[in-house]
Amino acid sequence: MAKILVIAEHDGATLNPSTAKCVACAAQIEDADISVAVLGSDTGAVAAQAADLSSVARVVTIDNERNDPAIAAVLAPQIVALANGYSHVFGPSTAFGKDLMPRVAALMGVNQISDIMSVEGSHAFKRPIYAGNAIVTVNAPADHPVVATVRTASYQAAEGGNSAAVESADVDVEMPSHTRFVELQTGSSDRPDLQSAARVVSGGRALASEENFELIYKLADAIGAGVGSSRAAVDAGYVPPETQVGQTGQIIAPDLYIAIGISGAIQHVTGIKDAGTIVAINKDEEAPIFEIADIGLVGDLFAIVPELTEALG
Amino acid sequence: MDKILVGLKRAVDYNVRIQVKSDGSGVETDGVKMSINPFDEIALEEALRIRERGEASEVIVVSIGSSESQQQLRTGLAMGADRAILVESGDVPDTLSIARVFKELVDRESAELVILGKQAIDDDNSQAGQMLAAIWERPQATFASEVVLDGDKARVTREVDSGLETLEIDLPAVITVDLRLNEPRYVKLPDIMKAKKKPLETIAIGDLGIEAGPRLEETAFEPPAGRQKGIMVDDVAGLVAAIKDKGLV
Repeated sequence: MAKILVIAEHDGATLNPSTAKCVACAAQIEDADISVAVLGSDTGAVAAQAADLSSVARVVTIDNERNDPAIAAVLAPQIVALANGYSHVFGPSTAFGKDLMPRVAALMGVNQISDIMSVEGSHAFKRPIYAGNAIVTVNAPADHPVVATVRTASYQAAEGGNSAAVESADVDVEMPSHTRFVELQTGSSDRPDLQSAARVVSGGRALASEENFELIYKLADAIGAGVGSSRAAVDAGYVPPETQVGQTGQIIAPDLYIAIGISGAIQHVTGIKDAGTIVAINKDEEAPIFEIADIGLVGDLFAIVPELTEALG
Repeated sequence: MDKILVGLKRAVDYNVRIQVKSDGSGVETDGVKMSINPFDEIALEEALRIRERGEASEVIVVSIGSSESQQQLRTGLAMGADRAILVESGDVPDTLSIARVFKELVDRESAELVILGKQAIDDDNSQAGQMLAAIWERPQATFASEVVLDGDKARVTREVDSGLETLEIDLPAVITVDLRLNEPRYVKLPDIMKAKKKPLETIAIGDLGIEAGPRLEETAFEPPAGRQKGIMVDDVAGLVAAIKDKGLV
């Protein structure tokens, strides 16, 4: 039997959808016995959401004021203590998991498998390398625990309707005080976040200014979409960094992705490969984005986008 | 502070579109342009700026791998690093071993800050900095977009999924850098000449007494499943019809 510990990502009140996707990945392993670990200061609400996920056998909570907000150096030793007896420890390949899980792996004395996109066996997994231009099969040694991050865009969230037991755990570990949270600045938008949005409208360098990005926001709001961007648009200062989609930004899988004025560099495309339908609008008919788009329209975005917003609004 | 260590990984150049070998044994790297991993250049630039502000006295660039990594170290010296260390290893070791090598060098040099790229664009692992911080039992500030030093502390702004998070960390520490931290300087010809005279020490990895991590075995490589090219529409009406036809709005 594979005893799998999934590390929950949450903001203190709501379980991040990345956790349900990690659970879905873990459930692909034969004979999986899945526990979800929720570390926080008041984990009740989040633990209940984790207990609702199908395939989860139990939820293990650690309540400690030091766990809110989450700091990798503080969480890692607790997770290592909790992971005793588990064959696998999974976290999401989001900023949270990418920061935390290698610290956990190193404390456990193992290497980490990053970005699992498919389970080939209890110790064999596929993952993307070179911005998704190659897929490698990785075998982990059977005599060590597997520590891994899950490429959330490769999995559909585990469904709800379960009622797993919730247990609180006590761990006796030293928590460092050398790292202190100062603040979190979030874009104050009511739009859906990129990871969970069913629709995403993304703009690129061709928008040419921060003001012109208003066109993207209007279209996004007309169809209830999240807003993404290319690296070029972020580097130019048109949009904040958390909107960046691609190899070094967020990897997403919305049902509908509308790329506007984005040429489609491989580093961008790797972030949207698992989208349901990709729509591309670009004035350059040779733009590589059209090679992977399901629906393409060549033309001037400044004419097309307002018309599209009007038609879909 | 005295010394900053910066990691420079020799990686396939950012602009190369790599191909999987037809027998699935790996990725074609023969005759392919190699460069410093772009995030590592940003790491070095940040270290140089810290030294130029008088907040550190020495920047040491480190690479782990074959002797060919000397090219990347020479480029780092030309950018302005004071000296270089090549930890020579036949192939690139596993990431936990890399973290252990850095830990050994941190101890030897009494370095107070290690700045690394947030990920390498070849294996896309994003692990080394966090692993080093773990075994060093020191703070990690990953995905940094701003670094402000203040005596024996640093204030680091990090790019996270929901926005920008700021941490205060005690030094010594590990920082891994994101794209927006700075724009690396260009190397000028006279600097390349000067770099040839700067010290480059080579240490065999075997001489460091590093215990290798339990190795992950890469058994097969394949190209990704491609997406099919779809349809082109002529106008907005056609686009709206196609989107509605799929039931997406």
